[in-house]
Amino acid sequence: MAEVRKFKVYRGDKNGGQLTEYNVQVEPGMVVLDGIHQIQRTQAADLACRWNCKAAKCGSCSAEVNGKPRLLCKTRLDDFDPAEIITVRPVKTFPLIRDLVCDVSWNFEVNKKIPPLTPKKTADWVMHQEDMDRVQEFRKCIECFLCQNVCHVLRNHDLKDRFYGPRFMVRIACLEMHPMDGLDRTKLLKDEAGLGFCNITKCCTEVCPEEIHITDNAIIPLKERVADRHYDPLRAFWRKIMGADHPCTCADGG
Amino acid sequence: MAGILSVTDPDRLGKTDRVDAWWVEPLLTVLGLTAFIVYSTWAAFQGDHYRFGPYLSPFYSPNIKEWFGWNLDFSFAFSILWVPAGFRATCYYYRKAYYRSYFMDPPGCAVGEPHGRSYLGETEFPFILQNLHRCFFYLAAIVLAFLWYDAYEAFFFKDAATGPATFGMGVGTIVLLVNVVTLTGFSFGCNSLRHLIGGKLDCFTCGATARIRHKLWGGVSLLNLRHTEWAWVSLFAVGFADLYVRLCSMGIWHDIRIF
Amino acid sequence: MSAESKYETHEYDVLVIGAGGAGLRAAIEASAMGARTALVCKSLLGKAHTVMAEGGIAAAMANVDPQDGWETHFKDTMRGGVFVNNWRMAQLHAQQAPDRVRELERWGAVFDRTHDGKILQRAFGGHTYRRLVHVGDRTGLEMIRTLQEKGVHQGIDVFMECAVTRLLKDGDRIAGAFAYWRETGRYVIFKSKAVVLCTGGIGKAYKITSNSWEYTGDGQALAYHAGAELLDMEFLQFHPTGMVWPPGVSGLLVTESVRGDGGQLRNNKGERFMFKHIPDRYKPQISETEAEANQWIAEIRAGKQPTARKPAELLPRDIVARGIYMEVKEGRGSPHGGVFLDISHMPAEYVKKKLPSMYHQFKDLADVDITREPMEVGPTTHYIMGGIRVNPDTQESAVPGLFAAGEAAGGLHGANRLGGNSLSDLLVFGKLAGEHAAQHAKTAGPPKVDDAQADGAAREMNEFFTRADGENPYQIHAELQDMMQSLVGIFRVEDELRKSLEKLATLKNRAARVCIKEGNKMFNPGWHLCKDLQNMILIAEAVARAAQFRKESRGAHSRLDHPGFNPEFAKVNTVAFKGRDGAMQLEGRPLPEMPAELKQLIETEKNHKERHG
Repeated sequence: MAEVRKFKVYRGDKNGGQLTEYNVQVEPGMVVLDGIHQIQRTQAADLACRWNCKAAKCGSCSAEVNGKPRLLCKTRLDDFDPAEIITVRPVKTFPLIRDLVCDVSWNFEVNKKIPPLTPKKTADWVMHQEDMDRVQEFRKCIECFLCQNVCHVLRNHDLKDRFYGPRFMVRIACLEMHPMDGLDRTKLLKDEAGLGFCNITKCCTEVCPEEIHITDNAIIPLKERVADRHYDPLRAFWRKIMGADHPCTCADGG
Repeated sequence: MAGILSVTDPDRLGKTDRVDAWWVEPLLTVLGLTAFIVYSTWAAFQGDHYRFGPYLSPFYSPNIKEWFGWNLDFSFAFSILWVPAGFRATCYYYRKAYYRSYFMDPPGCAVGEPHGRSYLGETEFPFILQNLHRCFFYLAAIVLAFLWYDAYEAFFFKDAATGPATFGMGVGTIVLLVNVVTLTGFSFGCNSLRHLIGGKLDCFTCGATARIRHKLWGGVSLLNLRHTEWAWVSLFAVGFADLYVRLCSMGIWHDIRIF
Repeated sequence: MSAESKYETHEYDVLVIGAGGAGLRAAIEASAMGARTALVCKSLLGKAHTVMAEGGIAAAMANVDPQDGWETHFKDTMRGGVFVNNWRMAQLHAQQAPDRVRELERWGAVFDRTHDGKILQRAFGGHTYRRLVHVGDRTGLEMIRTLQEKGVHQGIDVFMECAVTRLLKDGDRIAGAFAYWRETGRYVIFKSKAVVLCTGGIGKAYKITSNSWEYTGDGQALAYHAGAELLDMEFLQFHPTGMVWPPGVSGLLVTESVRGDGGQLRNNKGERFMFKHIPDRYKPQISETEAEANQWIAEIRAGKQPTARKPAELLPRDIVARGIYMEVKEGRGSPHGGVFLDISHMPAEYVKKKLPSMYHQFKDLADVDITREPMEVGPTTHYIMGGIRVNPDTQESAVPGLFAAGEAAGGLHGANRLGGNSLSDLLVFGKLAGEHAAQHAKTAGPPKVDDAQADGAAREMNEFFTRADGENPYQIHAELQDMMQSLVGIFRVEDELRKSLEKLATLKNRAARVCIKEGNKMFNPGWHLCKDLQNMILIAEAVARAAQFRKESRGAHSRLDHPGFNPEFAKVNTVAFKGRDGAMQLEGRPLPEMPAELKQLIETEKNHKERHG
């Protein structure tokens, strides 16, 4: 009955640390977060780990399990080979605070820079489900920041000063495609948000626990909107002869 | 926070805590793409064996040499192939594929690559040109029209004695048809088209045209969901179509007439 | 050395503690009124328990059922709460909820829509009409994200992962709060003219709960120690449908929308047992046969005005929870000790569209495909109707300058809360609390922080480390949860309640000597639990005492030894407060007198034979 699973959990802080081994008693249907809680209860009361809902709805328990960015509450032990050791590390892209807890405050700073929903003057708030469907996919985001963690622009190239990261591309897409929003954020996207740094290698989409098609439905459409404004030679020519500079996000495409 | 990473040791290429075979996908991508590039370049250099009966190799379509009666001393395939090549090279799926497998940027998700803040992504030349993808789509759509014409022509077999053409179908007809169908599936699932046809609208329900464009957007979105698969199948199909015509023309394979 | 120079100190007009729906809404309002506003929360911003709310926001917007109006919503709320609600709160809530929803939409919330582009509303237990504004089954996430965006762009200062351990007072009035940073363990003082408590509930005192680690009764405990009163703490809602298997997720919420969208409850004999449990006061609006219930579902799905009465599964939560409990107790339960909740008779696409997160929750965590097989569910500790007693118009507690809103406050829901009334509660009373806190701050002079209070608070937290020997907090917490689950659960009896109070007294003593031997103050969950544990034990005591006091069964409070209503208790609320000797006192307080016109509303309700809805 009492099957035992070997866990290795990163213990340490910004000054360094190591993987520590623990044995965990396995229960049916157990997830990695259950294992961490058991370790806290019985072996290491001070093991630091964020969690809240335990139902993949709040996005607190992000970490890396056997090298893959995952939510601990959604990662089941029986997904692994019975002999496999479960290695849990903090997310790599953000500065470590302690054990499995990292300082993700940068993300909250980025969010502040994005102009919020700014209703059009003509907004009548009659909105149809067809329009909601597209935006609601983005609203599913639980801000676990796994996409930010896995994005190589942030993770390997450390360009946090030049690129907002996939989470905030989703956020901007959500605003840009809101039928009542009147603001055009393409310039922000091109310059400060650093959309061009994304080379659409799709790791963000692969790790998203909410299965948001981050790359195809948010980032690429935004790249195309920026292309409309800044990189389309036919449009540039058209604008020149028409002498008008239509913003690309006005009601009928401009 | 720039310049501060939680892990102080620099990334080595391929450094990861992943225990699965993450390298299989980029490896297969390199093998697949390289094989196609090598073959298509070779085939394009041949300047011969691109026609067999009513079949025309897609690498040599449109057959401008025949149309204008030009006596070209280079393989005219190159005057055509830059269009589909450019379309695929700037395609969002292929970008992912080759950035990962050739440029190792990144080689896999949560897999290390040489650490450097010099990375520019698609913000500067040459990769900023990827933004021209839509232009390649326009051109590729024209080439696609010729390929449909070729597939149509492949149903009409001329008698040896230059008699009237008769309606029929051979294995080659099917090969060309499959080729153009998969290319269409690939081209019309294009992310740029998806944007232009409706994705650019902020409101899908504001007016009759918007509603129609929403429907079209839905159709392109459906194809786009499987863009990766269309990309590979059509790549294989177009290469095979050339190979089929070539081998038939060289007399190595024999086209079977179905009716 | 003064406290302000010894500890990191921030000064604000309004300090909001807790960043769920109520806290965010309060902070937005306070800041909009020009008050310098701080928002302090134990977790990261946007992770509060509100994200777990699934079904929707109850607001009589009449988008789907045009007959709806605030009066009906008011009546439904009073009837659901079995008439011990604070009438004024129920009235304000019903009247203001639609405006709060519309405002949310202006701030960026994208709700599901009707065919003509209005906000769609769905049916829920105890609501006469289709009333719940929703986004699939993740309405709470939509709400918190919207408020979060609005808040940060309005310039609220947010202190994340910062836990308040004590309220500071300047004489009788509030002066601020003492807290620690979870990250570093450093102490911090917030000097503030007004404090708004929006800390949610107490579910973590129970073993089987839908609540997260944050739900440790902090706000109720802080207010109690500061001299505020706790109202109706015996009314604790057990949500009828929590997951029962696998063990790691037992208690995890299964939204009521499953039933609102056609889900059926069955026992192991295949019977839809809820038809056996329809109280007379619900007969006018609940189907008495399966055929009629099925007709209602068919009509709803077809987008028609229903002519049939609602399925018995949509009775209020207290009734359904007891129904399930009885089935299990009498041996008609499912293999893992619950009952079956089945929506597999509906088309798979419909289920995935309407209940996406339930679909994933069961598929990922329990290997159950809800489009093809039934779920196993059982009651789970979910929500406390009782809470800090506040002025219904201002949300101010008995302590001048101390406000409360949301689950932390009591009164609106009476003996039982209707599904969907929680999210609207957060919006309506969050706003009122923020508004009146800002108002209060305008007239109040600068508070003075008492050094002794701050030092005492610091000493309390330090002692968990400095004590030579003491128990591990996790052990005591587990015992508390087991005890509350078995002795102060769905059904209560005098004997067990007495036992629970004895046990609580010993746990309290043990918890006073608890200590932590591992780690240091840096992000140490064991240390954090030491303090949370004391809050939980205190609040558990209030629950048990109030449960012992109310010798009748009403709403969520069921006494096996006192079944049925008792007219004496129909007239009172229970109030717990700290006596002069420091011990908890409990008394019955007469219900506030309801104005004649509202009384009449409820009387017509009682007599009126409504055909449907």
